[in-house]
Amino acid sequence: MAKILRRERLVPNIHLLEVHAPEVARKSRPGQFVIVMPDERGERIPLTIADWDAKRGTVTSVFMLVGTSTQKLSLLQSGDEIPVYVGPLGRPSEIRNFGTVVCAGGCFGIAAIYPIARALKQAGNRVLTLIDVKASYLFYWEDKLKETSDAVFVSARDKRYNSKEYVPYKLDTLLKDEKTVDRVVAIGCTYLMYACAEATRAAGVKTMVSLNPIMVDGTGMCGACRVTVDGKTKFACVDGPDFDGHAVDWQELFSRRKSYFDDEVKSLCAWERERFS
Amino acid sequence: MTDKKPEIAPELKMRLKAGYDRDWRKELRKSVPIKERMKIPRQKMPEREAGERNRDFGEVNRGLDLEAAVREAQRCWDCANPGCVAGCPVSIDIPSFIKLIEKRDLAGSVRKIKETNSLPAICGRVCPQEIQCEALCNLKKATGVPVAIGNLERFISDFDRSEGTVFVPEPGRPTGKKVAVIGAGPAGLTAAGELVKRGHGVTIFEALHIPGGVLVYGIPEFRLPKSILKAEVDYLQKLGVELRLNFVVGKTATLEELKKDGYDAFFIGTGAGLPNFMRIPGENLVGVYSANEYLTRVNLMRAYDFPAYDTPVIRGRRAAVIGGGNVAMDSVRTAKRLGANPAAIIYRRSRREMPAREEEIKHAEEEGIEFHLLTTPIRYLGDENGRVRAMECLKMELGEPDSSGRRKPVPVPGSEFVTEVDLVVVAIGQSPNPLMAQTTPDLRVGKWGNLEVDWKTMGTSMPGVFAGGDIVRGGATVILAMGDGRLAAEEIDHFLRNGHR
Ligand SMILES: Cc1cc2nc3c(=O)[nH]c(=O)nc-3n(C[C@H](O)[C@H](O)[C@H](O)COP(=O)(O)OP(=O)(O)OC[C@H]3O[C@@H](n4cnc5c(N)ncnc54)[C@H](O)[C@@H]3O)c2cc1C
Ligand SMILES: Cc1cc2nc3c(=O)[nH]c(=O)nc-3n(C[C@H](O)[C@H](O)[C@H](O)COP(=O)(O)OP(=O)(O)OC[C@H]3O[C@@H](n4cnc5c(N)ncnc54)[C@H](O)[C@@H]3O)c2cc1C
Ligand code: SF4
Ligand code: FES
Repeated sequence: MAKILRRERLVPNIHLLEVHAPEVARKSRPGQFVIVMPDERGERIPLTIADWDAKRGTVTSVFMLVGTSTQKLSLLQSGDEIPVYVGPLGRPSEIRNFGTVVCAGGCFGIAAIYPIARALKQAGNRVLTLIDVKASYLFYWEDKLKETSDAVFVSARDKRYNSKEYVPYKLDTLLKDEKTVDRVVAIGCTYLMYACAEATRAAGVKTMVSLNPIMVDGTGMCGACRVTVDGKTKFACVDGPDFDGHAVDWQELFSRRKSYFDDEVKSLCAWERERFS
Repeated sequence: MTDKKPEIAPELKMRLKAGYDRDWRKELRKSVPIKERMKIPRQKMPEREAGERNRDFGEVNRGLDLEAAVREAQRCWDCANPGCVAGCPVSIDIPSFIKLIEKRDLAGSVRKIKETNSLPAICGRVCPQEIQCEALCNLKKATGVPVAIGNLERFISDFDRSEGTVFVPEPGRPTGKKVAVIGAGPAGLTAAGELVKRGHGVTIFEALHIPGGVLVYGIPEFRLPKSILKAEVDYLQKLGVELRLNFVVGKTATLEELKKDGYDAFFIGTGAGLPNFMRIPGENLVGVYSANEYLTRVNLMRAYDFPAYDTPVIRGRRAAVIGGGNVAMDSVRTAKRLGANPAAIIYRRSRREMPAREEEIKHAEEEGIEFHLLTTPIRYLGDENGRVRAMECLKMELGEPDSSGRRKPVPVPGSEFVTEVDLVVVAIGQSPNPLMAQTTPDLRVGKWGNLEVDWKTMGTSMPGVFAGGDIVRGGATVILAMGDGRLAAEEIDHFLRNGHR
């Protein structure tokens, strides 16, 4: 059980959730996640830890509205209790001084990349942050990202920011412009991560992606989160979520993420009917 | 378990004899002659009709009524040398509790069982009595039909719950010591109960959001209603056990960190939660589940009541479950209840070698489960969306016995065939959960990832840290996990009082 301190709409389809969870806060590292169940009848869903404060005992995540669980979360208010909030889970991202690192993020990944960029910066890296948004009004946490990056490039499909190019294409250009990029880290929707990995494959720049398969327990007990990396089956919740993007079987991940497509629609309709009619 | 013939320890023998020599027992024995007792048929367990029960998740067995239970108790000879007790991993004084039923002293019978088994409502439902107590019952040796000890155990525990006679023993005088129990499965729950009765402060740390381990996420409602488990956990909390759910030891805090937080001793009962796969092509197609995931979705997350509950599960039309143990039976009977037709077991040996409890196999057969024996899958075939649509199998035949003594299945060349399926559940076993060992480097681990213990004390390689249940045994049984929990609790008590073991 965890008490909500803040639940706030950042941009139209993305919300922030800050809870009091001192034990999780004490152990959190960049790249780890929590499993959350919005109510007693809910599903267990993973959310990346986007920020934490060990002293205050708080943990922050940012989530995008996609289905029943995230809709339910978006209606919770500060003071409410979440029945399940467990973590930190998964292995932390590898943080070392690599040299120049590109941090690429989109949708909820704009927040999820933040603690990684911060830690990489602290470790002495030159951090270039690449953000992808469909429209400029969907960009949030600009200030936070600027603080932790040597440069921030934003791609939006409208004209307000520096580029209209989809981030992976931008990444391609960046690889050419910059003499050396030593590493790329990408978080966001599956397609963005896939496209980033493809963009760096030819140049052979190590590209870590934070995989987002469907999960249940998040502790290695069920195997729902199996992904194939380098021809071997891995459990993303305990062996990941970070993997080498060039070794991931993306097709399998795409289809496994669609396992319950019809049921998700059904679930959302049933919940909306119950809640709003 | 060892192959050694079970023997009764001298101390236990004395305890049994004391009961045997009671005057009321002597009189009861005389009151009905053996000949009369042998005329009584084994009382049938009333069950819900197969065609009705295979569509819902209500409990299959209804339980004996009082008269049937007393008649069943009368079948028992009250032996001077009861074979049954030697077959019970926690040494319940079986003749005593049975004779108390015959005497209609049901509260007395409850107390007798609970001297050595704190969770009889669970054991009465899930223990494999046919290879334990009932296998060694002297009546079985004489007539082939043992006393229905398991059904009587269940009867008496149901009486206990319905009458609310549950006597809450006085917790022991507080010792000021704190014990952390890791994992709320049968091993951890038993250890916690025994420790709190001895006056120690006990906190259970559990990764999931409901306590019970396999009893809640694995074994389905139709075999073990969740309300039973809930009653047992409530009882532990009444005794003063603190329950910390959603706490993954090794992640939320490591064992070393808990030690710094002031815990004086530990019991690790984290179970065998790592699902095994066969590593054959197509195993990651959508629609191929581990039994753990399939059962967790349905039982713990209540996918059978989707969309009232949010977690979905694929409801196959043609389901195949790979394996022949209890886990496979539970999975296939679940698939049947969720509408699969056919719902089939695919097992590589023959019916005789199936490790599932006899009752589960019988119930599965009655419910219309298909059995494809001497068959093994070799790959799964997917459609253009990455969903499983068929599987290719191979026929097997039995060759020479292997190290387990069972005849080894060998493939029949050229016997491959393809069959359509849209749901596959892989139930070929679980391995010990690696998380504790990975995050506690001082714990010594055996060949299969199991924690190594001194079997006399259940002590691990770290002083003050004990372990039991599936994490040390691999996939075993509920009663063995409970037996480990009890033994470890005694040893932890000893350790806390004397500073060493
Ligand atoms: C390690 C990890 C970290 C993540 N971090 C974030 C984050 O910080 N912010 C964020 O917005 N999202 C994050 N996600 C994705 C997030 O978990 C899903 O968007 C969420 O589960 C959707 O649930 P829903 O009920 O709202 O939508 P649904 O309608 O149920 O599903 C929408 C889509 O989300 C995916 N999904 C559904 N259920 C699950 C589940 N139990 N586990 C994982 N994915 C599921 C499916 O691909 C599905 O098609 C993360 C996923 C993983 C694995
Ligand atoms: C489907 C199925 C059917 C079965 N049927 C039978 C049967 O009919 N009869 C029988 O005798 N046996 C049966 N068994 C076997 C029996 O259930 C197990 O042997 C028994 O449950 C083992 O108990 P345990 O306490 O060791 O572990 P578990 O029951 O596995 O409990 C372990 C608990 O520890 C928790 N945990 C794990 N890691 C951590 C961590 N790091 N931090 C905190 N908590 C953690 C888990 O979440 C879990 O709740 C069956 C098993 C299955 C899967
Ligand atoms: S061996 Fe059988 S008949 Fe003898 S006491 Fe035990 S249950 Fe009764
Ligand atoms: S989510 Fe269950 S094993 Fe990873």
